[in-house]
Amino acid sequence: MNADATVKVAPAKQVKKKKPASLDRKKARAGWWFVLPFVVVFIAVYVPIIFDSIRFSFNELEILKSGGYELIPIGFDNYREALFDDAGYVTTLIAGLKQLVLDIPAIVIFSLFMAIMLNDKMPGRTLFRAIFFIPVILSTGIIDNIDQGNSMMEYMGSSEGISQGGTEGSQTSADQLISAMDIQKLFANMKIGTGLVEYVAGLVNDIYNVVNRSGVQMLIFLAGLQSINPAIYESCRIDGASSWETFWKITFPMISPMILVNTIYTVIDSFTSESNQVMTYIDNVYKNEANGHVLSSAMSWMYFLIVVLMIALVAGLLSMYIFYQRRD
Amino acid sequence: MDSPKVLKDNKRKIKVDFERTSLKERLKAKYLTVNFLVDVVWKIFRLLLLIGISYIIIFPFISKIFGSFMSKDDLIDATVRLIPKYPTLDTYKYIIRENGYFEAFFNTFILSTLCAFVQTIICSIIGYGLAKFKFRGNKLVFMAVILTMIVPHDTIKLSMYMNFKYFDIYGIYGGLSSLLGLESSSIDLINSYWPMVILSIGGIAFKNGLYIFMMRQFFKGVPDELEEAAYIDGENTFGTFVKIILPISIPMMITIFLFAFSWQWTDNFYTDLFFTQSGALLMPRIVKVPPSLAAEDFTAKDLYNSCITNTCGLLIILPLMLFYSYMQRYLIQGIERSGIVG
Repeated sequence: MNADATVKVAPAKQVKKKKPASLDRKKARAGWWFVLPFVVVFIAVYVPIIFDSIRFSFNELEILKSGGYELIPIGFDNYREALFDDAGYVTTLIAGLKQLVLDIPAIVIFSLFMAIMLNDKMPGRTLFRAIFFIPVILSTGIIDNIDQGNSMMEYMGSSEGISQGGTEGSQTSADQLISAMDIQKLFANMKIGTGLVEYVAGLVNDIYNVVNRSGVQMLIFLAGLQSINPAIYESCRIDGASSWETFWKITFPMISPMILVNTIYTVIDSFTSESNQVMTYIDNVYKNEANGHVLSSAMSWMYFLIVVLMIALVAGLLSMYIFYQRRD
Repeated sequence: MDSPKVLKDNKRKIKVDFERTSLKERLKAKYLTVNFLVDVVWKIFRLLLLIGISYIIIFPFISKIFGSFMSKDDLIDATVRLIPKYPTLDTYKYIIRENGYFEAFFNTFILSTLCAFVQTIICSIIGYGLAKFKFRGNKLVFMAVILTMIVPHDTIKLSMYMNFKYFDIYGIYGGLSSLLGLESSSIDLINSYWPMVILSIGGIAFKNGLYIFMMRQFFKGVPDELEEAAYIDGENTFGTFVKIILPISIPMMITIFLFAFSWQWTDNFYTDLFFTQSGALLMPRIVKVPPSLAAEDFTAKDLYNSCITNTCGLLIILPLMLFYSYMQRYLIQGIERSGIVG
């Protein structure tokens, strides 16, 4: 077709060469070169790993003495065992998911709040920022492992009451800065439902955990806040909006894409972390039970599916309310 | 109104007398308003809250530091809680001497630096490819990146171990070696740095999905005109990336490097998986009670052991703390300039 057209216009030149690809298409093709390392390793290494893991969950594994392993296909038996025969799996799963649902709003709201505070200009801001991001860098992996069931921390934390001469009957530990009773009393006077009271009291006691897990989210929110054009705030102030109005009319809509990103990140982060109770349970199965290797992969794939569904649900719900600024 | 009375006038200055609200009135107007009050209350509240949360973050470290100097006597003594009465350096001495701290430090340093470098560069390249080129399959590749992020590594622990223990890409190596008459049908990569390097090169190692995502968002905020100018000057895509885009993304890359380095440094999942007892000594394996400190039973034995493990933890993160205190301003800078947009 193209060749015909050219012949009509310029019959003198015999066009044999193929028309060169347009700049856009050339450029688009160059994109493949950039993602090539990922694509190659993904296909060569990651896909077999995933595939094997799924295959294991449908098999029984026998490690041969001569090296290598043998798989005996048993269909859905591992899944059946996990769901119906295993004593703790389903209960742990439900409890874990419930915890996840409760934790997400807490972490997202807390990190948004903190990011807004750290974004304000004030004396000592650099110092506070440096402190707030310590957990992101330091409280992971090994340290997280050591911190779990740390009897030293509890011992040291309990010092507070004694050094101040308090003689409380029950010593509060480090992560119980305020006793749940105090908060419950406070809220009981406000006539709020007990469910909410317990939720808030639980959060306050768990504040160390919440702070530790919201570092990256804070960074993402901070970046989002920085990207809001200061001119918008300025025109707001000229129009006489209070900071409360500015927050709900400007900051919140502008930051809403970040809320989606952070919610999804929080779900992913808390469900892949090893301190997660479902993961701990699966890890125990992996280590302790006879056919734990394959049973645990069946369990974690089921868990994975549920969480993916949850992410899809959350993303679908949130994206209805998200505001995207049109950039020209 | 009359024109203001001139009190003094010379070439440089002019002093004019005019009616002005008194200082007292002006101060009143400024400070005795609801707005000012709310502002002050908010500032105090904010300061208290920030200090309180900082305390929550820092207290564990402080208590660990005090705990590391405690001797057995301190732990038996009920009056000692935080500040040791009989401080000792034994804990540090024996951990460094008997747990092979320096060897682990050296090995971990090499592994972390290597991985962090590779990951930073690879994730920038992939992020750039995903952000700036609309090739067919872009969405698909991005979905794959997200997939590597949401599959928990615990799930694929076993198959990852098996795949690197009997490393063989789709039987290619096995086929080659049987053609050449070699005995082994696969390569054993356990106890080498290769699994980590291979994962890093592909950008599918620990948390790399997050880095790719962050770089992608960052590059999306970079105006296209920059590259177009370079194209017009006759630069090809890769040249543009190296000469134009990389220099402006240094702060963001430092942020990624900081993450990659510290998370690799404290990582115990991959290092436990890929390195057995006979492999290179890395940080996770120095977390144990050194033989000289292994105490016979006494009342506070658990507590004592816990103090020792915490000291191990402190020693592990000590280099990171120094690194972080130097790098943290770049962290904030990188994030502030990133202009991440959903």
